Amino acid sequence: MLCAQKKVGLVFFPAYDWAISPNHPEREERLLYTQDQILEEGLFDIAGVVELKPDPVVPADIQRVHFCVPDVWSIATESHFISAGGAKTVGIAVSERQVDKGFALVRPPGHHAMRVAHGSRGFCNINIEAVMIEFLRCQYGVDRVAIVDTDCHHGDGTQDIYWHDPDTLFISLHQDGRTLYPGSGFPGELGGPNAVGYTLNVPLPPHTTEEGFLHVIRSAVRPILDDFKPQLIVNSAGQDNHYTDPITNMNFSAQGYAELTSLLNADIAVLEGGYSIEGALPYVNLGIVLAMAGLDYSKVREPDYDRCQIRQSEAVTDAVKSVSDLILAGWQGRNQLREKMLEKRQSHRRTRRIYYDTDGFSESQQEEITACDTCGGALKIDSTSDRGAHILAVHIPRKACPRCQETGHGWYDDASVRRFDQVFLQDRPGDKYHVKKK
Amino acid sequence: MIIGLDVGGTHTDVVLLDNAGLLREVKVATDASDLFRSVFKGLNAITEGVDTGAIRRIVLSTTLTTNAIIQNTIPPVGMIVSAGPGIDPEHFRTNPHYVCVKGSIDHRGREVEPVQPEETQAAAERFRKDGIRQVGVVGKFSVRNPAHEIRIGELLGNSFDKIFLGHRVSGGLNFARRIATTFLNAAVYPIHKTFFDAVLNSLSVKGLRLPLRLLKADGGNMKLEASVDFPAQTILSGPAASVMGAVAMAARDEDAIVMDIGGTTTDLAVLIGRAPALAPHGIDIGPYRTLIRSLETLSIGMGGDSAVRLKNGCLTVGPDREGPAILFGGSVPTPTDALAVIGDLAHEDRARARAGLKPVADKMGIPIETLADQVVETACRAMLEAAGRLTAHINGKPVYTLHEFKEGYQVRPRSILVLGGPAPCFAKHLQRLTPMQVRVVPRWQAANAIGAALARTTCEVGLFADTEQRVASAPAEKFLQPIMDGYGLEAATAQALGLLRVKALERGANPDYLEMEVVESQQFNMVRGFNTSGKNIRVRVQVKPGLIHGYDDLLRSLAAPAP
Repeated sequence: MLCAQKKVGLVFFPAYDWAISPNHPEREERLLYTQDQILEEGLFDIAGVVELKPDPVVPADIQRVHFCVPDVWSIATESHFISAGGAKTVGIAVSERQVDKGFALVRPPGHHAMRVAHGSRGFCNINIEAVMIEFLRCQYGVDRVAIVDTDCHHGDGTQDIYWHDPDTLFISLHQDGRTLYPGSGFPGELGGPNAVGYTLNVPLPPHTTEEGFLHVIRSAVRPILDDFKPQLIVNSAGQDNHYTDPITNMNFSAQGYAELTSLLNADIAVLEGGYSIEGALPYVNLGIVLAMAGLDYSKVREPDYDRCQIRQSEAVTDAVKSVSDLILAGWQGRNQLREKMLEKRQSHRRTRRIYYDTDGFSESQQEEITACDTCGGALKIDSTSDRGAHILAVHIPRKACPRCQETGHGWYDDASVRRFDQVFLQDRPGDKYHVKKK
Repeated sequence: MIIGLDVGGTHTDVVLLDNAGLLREVKVATDASDLFRSVFKGLNAITEGVDTGAIRRIVLSTTLTTNAIIQNTIPPVGMIVSAGPGIDPEHFRTNPHYVCVKGSIDHRGREVEPVQPEETQAAAERFRKDGIRQVGVVGKFSVRNPAHEIRIGELLGNSFDKIFLGHRVSGGLNFARRIATTFLNAAVYPIHKTFFDAVLNSLSVKGLRLPLRLLKADGGNMKLEASVDFPAQTILSGPAASVMGAVAMAARDEDAIVMDIGGTTTDLAVLIGRAPALAPHGIDIGPYRTLIRSLETLSIGMGGDSAVRLKNGCLTVGPDREGPAILFGGSVPTPTDALAVIGDLAHEDRARARAGLKPVADKMGIPIETLADQVVETACRAMLEAAGRLTAHINGKPVYTLHEFKEGYQVRPRSILVLGGPAPCFAKHLQRLTPMQVRVVPRWQAANAIGAALARTTCEVGLFADTEQRVASAPAEKFLQPIMDGYGLEAATAQALGLLRVKALERGANPDYLEMEVVESQQFNMVRGFNTSGKNIRVRVQVKPGLIHGYDDLLRSLAAPAP
């Protein structure tokens, strides 16, 4: 009988009665063939692979991460509560050492959901990885976390949530934003002034194969992780780099995914995108689970796999190498960059427009963060959506210094409900969430 | 009249009953080395002086196939396995003559790689040379498309006694379990066939031509004729017999725990409104995980003869048994001895039980009576803890839809039904420790044989339809049909129920009281590009385990206090 080298906890929640719309890639059928494959392979019979039943998250879990406008129930549906709950369940099993590793094979996904959430973007409403991580930080005292996002799309939601957090290293590998949604994730996006260098972006040219991807993992991601020494590595495991994916242009195989999984050696993987539901997902997911369990995956391959068909061009190889070097340099130079940014000003502002493609409207944001060399800094976001909501959101980070705590509380207390529809305060040191309304 | 016969490890219980009451009850010693003799002795004793013309059925539950597997006295068989991409099928090896061949089918039943006939022919040649008489053939996803298994079966030719094809043993997905299940069917086939040929023979010598039925692990029966194709379904029918015996005592609208308390172990099962809860995949036996439908059970090492010891100053009971209770000539104290000390077990030599417990009591510095209470309480707590664990396990099964997440049935047992040797002695002590109502199953010594006698014929059918490929199939039933426009979940369900009815009648069900139910029905729109290309439909239907119709008077008479 097969026996896993590493005990893997798996939450499988395919949400067979939930879809964004009938023909949408994020529909009922998405994990059907994956289920067929894992059942037929007898994955849950492998000694050391355990299926866990997810417990849904509670609103407080979501409010630790998001400012949902107007409230949690308007943004997160029951399926989101369960899919985030799947990630949380896996996180608990890993934290309590019931298992060595965990994989939340759940839908809907979450990595495009940002801190302020007015609706759904990139098929995502709430960021299920962030909800899990912040729960684990609160409950189990986890501090330093690395998130490696290997979905083909830039994990802009996760990037936004951790933009100012020096305890969370976020690395996203994705197809170049000039050629794919959401159009961001360039090497220059390195994080806010208090956390510069803790956000790293690796855009890859279309048609990159696992050869290029694994090169980046080996020569940049792994060394950076070894340097950062996280207590927890989370993989946002999108499966849309596959050569058969209908909405992207990369050339990964199931073998590549399995190898990526064993190289990265993440503690927890959370499913993100991946829409080649018949030709890729059944094989990719099988490969990922076997790799996590430390089992042989050499015979896992797609029926139509042909190595020669998807070979990477030299131009792609060169481009991948140079971006990989650039990222490593960005990491190594982060302290100088931070000093440069911090000496300039007391606080930093940025203005952004955020498009909610799934729901079809826009949001404008003015963000202000206090420059601080001891904590993540108090954060204030003034946000208006096309739908008319105007809110102010104040975030006091988990390990905020007394000065930044005071600033945050001051912002919240001073904000008038005559000016804003709602004023929110995320008081992380107190693990509290406050709302003021007209 | 019906005969129910259950061969247990030490005793063979036989009952004769009709719809008014239990007519006769016989217990004979089981001769493990000659089960045939045990069965025959039991049948002889129960039919003595009875007008055998009035016997309508005989239901047997034996340990024949179970013992053969556990003791590994099965003959060599040949296995031909085709996997295609995925986990290396070498990991699922069941036996030495296990040959992996090329050919593969994908999750929707499409051929990926064809069969290579010469591989099968070469394997067949080797099997023949090594004197192999039964062969199992299993392909990955054969339940979605059995063409490769059928082709390999044809290539094997007529030179083997019996060929078992994987898609016929179960409609469920799980390649590794399908391999194990097919292997076990092939392996126990000759033992099973020889045994029941002998039983039939001897009965006919006696002038008895009786419709024989066999109990299965899911608590249902099947006709003997049907069993030759699925002999492995008879494994572990013993625990199912006891559970079915308890069904009679369960209320229609409540959940209950069944506890079969034996000497070495206590076996637990769950009844949901008189239907036993089934295991999701299949039974585990020895090193084999199978697709053989069975009851969801939990067995713990706690029974009347569990060893009582002092470990690091702590009292322990079980999980092992070192022999009989001191009261019955053993050397290690047991809960049975404790029950005798308390006075719940009538025995003329209670002093012997006291003497047995004394050394432990002395070491603990407590009176013998106090120790006896503690031993019984420890044993009862372990049983109740197991009941909680089994309930949590059933309720903790993952679900895959929001609907099930919200509305999924949660088992909440209100009663415990105890049976088995020491049942009445333990019942009172269990009752002190639980808010659930503890009831002793009437005729608890023979409940297993009564359960076997009254079990109904069960079976299930899985149907899979793909409107893009325009085909509906239930390979386990040899069913494959093109489908028309407008085919949907409703048509698929009707088709599955039709197949189930035919199958159930073939296996011996009563056509007038066929309780069929839909276990699973799912329909998915398959979207390719931006268009719906078809529907993917999965339906599973079953005759759920339960008791046969028309025996309510009998059940009432059993429940009434003994005269």
